[in-house]
Amino acid sequence: MPITDYSTQKLLHLYRQMLLVREFELRAISERRAGLIPGFIHSCVGQEATAAGACAALEPDDVITSTHRGHGHLVAKGGEPKYMMAELAARTTGYCGGKGGSLHMTDFNLGILGANGIVGGGIPIAVGAGLTFQVKRESRVALSFFGDGATNEGAFHEALNLAGLWKLPVIFFCENNLYGEGTPQAKQAPVADLAIRASSYAMPGVTVDGNDVLAVYEATQAAADRARTGGGPTLIEGKTYRQRGHYEGDPMIYRSKEEMDEWKGRDPVVAFRARLLTEAGIPEAEIIAIEQAVQTTLDEAVAFAAASPKPAPETALEGVYGETHGGLVF
Amino acid sequence: MRTITYSQAIYETMREEMERDPNVILIGEDVGAFGGVWGVSGDLVKLFGEDRVRDTPISEAAIVGAGLGSAMTGLRPIVEIMFGDFLPVAGDQLVNQLAKARYMSGGKANVPVTVRITTGAPGSAAAQHSQSPEGWFMNVPGFKIAVPATPADAKGLLRSAIRGEDPVLFFEHKMLYATKGEVSDDPDFCVPFGQAAIRREGRDVTIVAIGGMLPKALEAADLLAKEGILAEVIDPRTLVPLDKETILASVRKTSRVVIAHEAHKRLGPGAEIAAMIAEEGIGYLDGPIARVAARNVPLPYSPELENYVLPSVADIVEKARGLVQNRS
Repeated sequence: MPITDYSTQKLLHLYRQMLLVREFELRAISERRAGLIPGFIHSCVGQEATAAGACAALEPDDVITSTHRGHGHLVAKGGEPKYMMAELAARTTGYCGGKGGSLHMTDFNLGILGANGIVGGGIPIAVGAGLTFQVKRESRVALSFFGDGATNEGAFHEALNLAGLWKLPVIFFCENNLYGEGTPQAKQAPVADLAIRASSYAMPGVTVDGNDVLAVYEATQAAADRARTGGGPTLIEGKTYRQRGHYEGDPMIYRSKEEMDEWKGRDPVVAFRARLLTEAGIPEAEIIAIEQAVQTTLDEAVAFAAASPKPAPETALEGVYGETHGGLVF
Repeated sequence: MRTITYSQAIYETMREEMERDPNVILIGEDVGAFGGVWGVSGDLVKLFGEDRVRDTPISEAAIVGAGLGSAMTGLRPIVEIMFGDFLPVAGDQLVNQLAKARYMSGGKANVPVTVRITTGAPGSAAAQHSQSPEGWFMNVPGFKIAVPATPADAKGLLRSAIRGEDPVLFFEHKMLYATKGEVSDDPDFCVPFGQAAIRREGRDVTIVAIGGMLPKALEAADLLAKEGILAEVIDPRTLVPLDKETILASVRKTSRVVIAHEAHKRLGPGAEIAAMIAEEGIGYLDGPIARVAARNVPLPYSPELENYVLPSVADIVEKARGLVQNRS
């Protein structure tokens, strides 16, 4: 669909989401350096279009599972930056009260079933959510984000097989950022387009430009429509690029500066901003207003996190089980 | 009260809970048309349909993950893993996902998943179909672990598991399926987790018997009684949470303890129970803590070899007698 067929409101929403993802990551990285955040961060800088485009095609009561590189997915699904930043800062006000950190943030009210520290770990969980929606005849969709590396895990294949077999309302969204940790995708899989893996599981496999937020949005919208009308799952592969290391501090000796520069030239946020100005004819003042609002949101998020209390040590023992069984210590 | 088998008790509980709550479903390998390879799920697929009783592909990771994801979104799945030996195929989904989902989310995730698992040696099933893996998972915080040994407990503990809010590993011993016992007719009959049962009272030695070892421990107690040794038999019923008080009270009374399980001896459940007694009740003891367990080799195929490796009634009698005779 041509960009001119989108409403200005929709385009600005997509830009705002992408920018918030980008700026959240950059702020988290700087706050980690400044000492606010104790744990490690796997940033998704460069992969904003997949997160924002896919989540924009979902309804509020749809659910997602995310990954170790999941901040963008959470932001795009409506995650509150202040609760996310507080979780990264290991504060009681964070999404998991400081027990989860970057890898395990959840918000069930927003349909965020969790980031995940295990590559491929969230994929079968999304299938389970799809099972619920099918059993309960609910018109909801589960979308699982994962990277190219996860498509080499058994869990990926088991999950796609089950979803294909049962025609579950699940969208498998592969963010192919060309690297599984420090090893290029070409050295990890004998196929270049991972979407073809869908063919074994009787579902459509679609490869899109993962740096084009509108292409991602449209592909996800089609998959969601299909899922909601009983058509079963879809595998979408968005080709993108991880502009920073696997983790913050990664020396990145495994790839060339030329390659990184080339992909920075295809930056999804920068490119979309340019399209809003030139192709959609949106006044720059409206874009700048969004950019200022995003900065304010993040200023507030950091201030909220920094001012929030750290958990009392003994609360580490709480929250393992839902039931106490008469106060028995487990 | 009615007398039914352990297998029937599990079947009935699933049927009753599925009738009571439309959110309860059963998924697993051959649980539908086959009725379960041990026959436990029987005609459930005919009663509740293929939507709620689902045969799955042989995909243990997907089965457990689907259980977790469906629980997080409102169902109460019963997930069947045909043999406990297959649990490692689903290792990540069990250990990193299911067990930790609540804690990682800061206590917010409700995870009512009951994983029904067969355990124990059915005879000449060899190393990959005979193990008792309960102890592997005791080291992972987040699971509750049930080891029912009677039809009544199979029913009451399974109902508690299905109606609960936490992931439960529910270990069904294959050699107990055909055993019979009295079971309550109360449709809400539950056995709470963390409450051991005193199966036989005694004064001379405590036998803590886990799962499939309970009938053997009771048989051993009969033999010991003929020698004038009165054994008290304790069935923990759940390993996590563990009813320490009942075990310690018995040890305090008898001053001697034998812990019997079919899992391998090294770091089996008995290691934890022995350590607990040593930590909290060593002053009650008149002698060493004894363990009766499988020898530390993979389970062999040959009946002669397997019988040598597995713990027996005679092993329990010998250990208990030894403790009593070494007194004074």
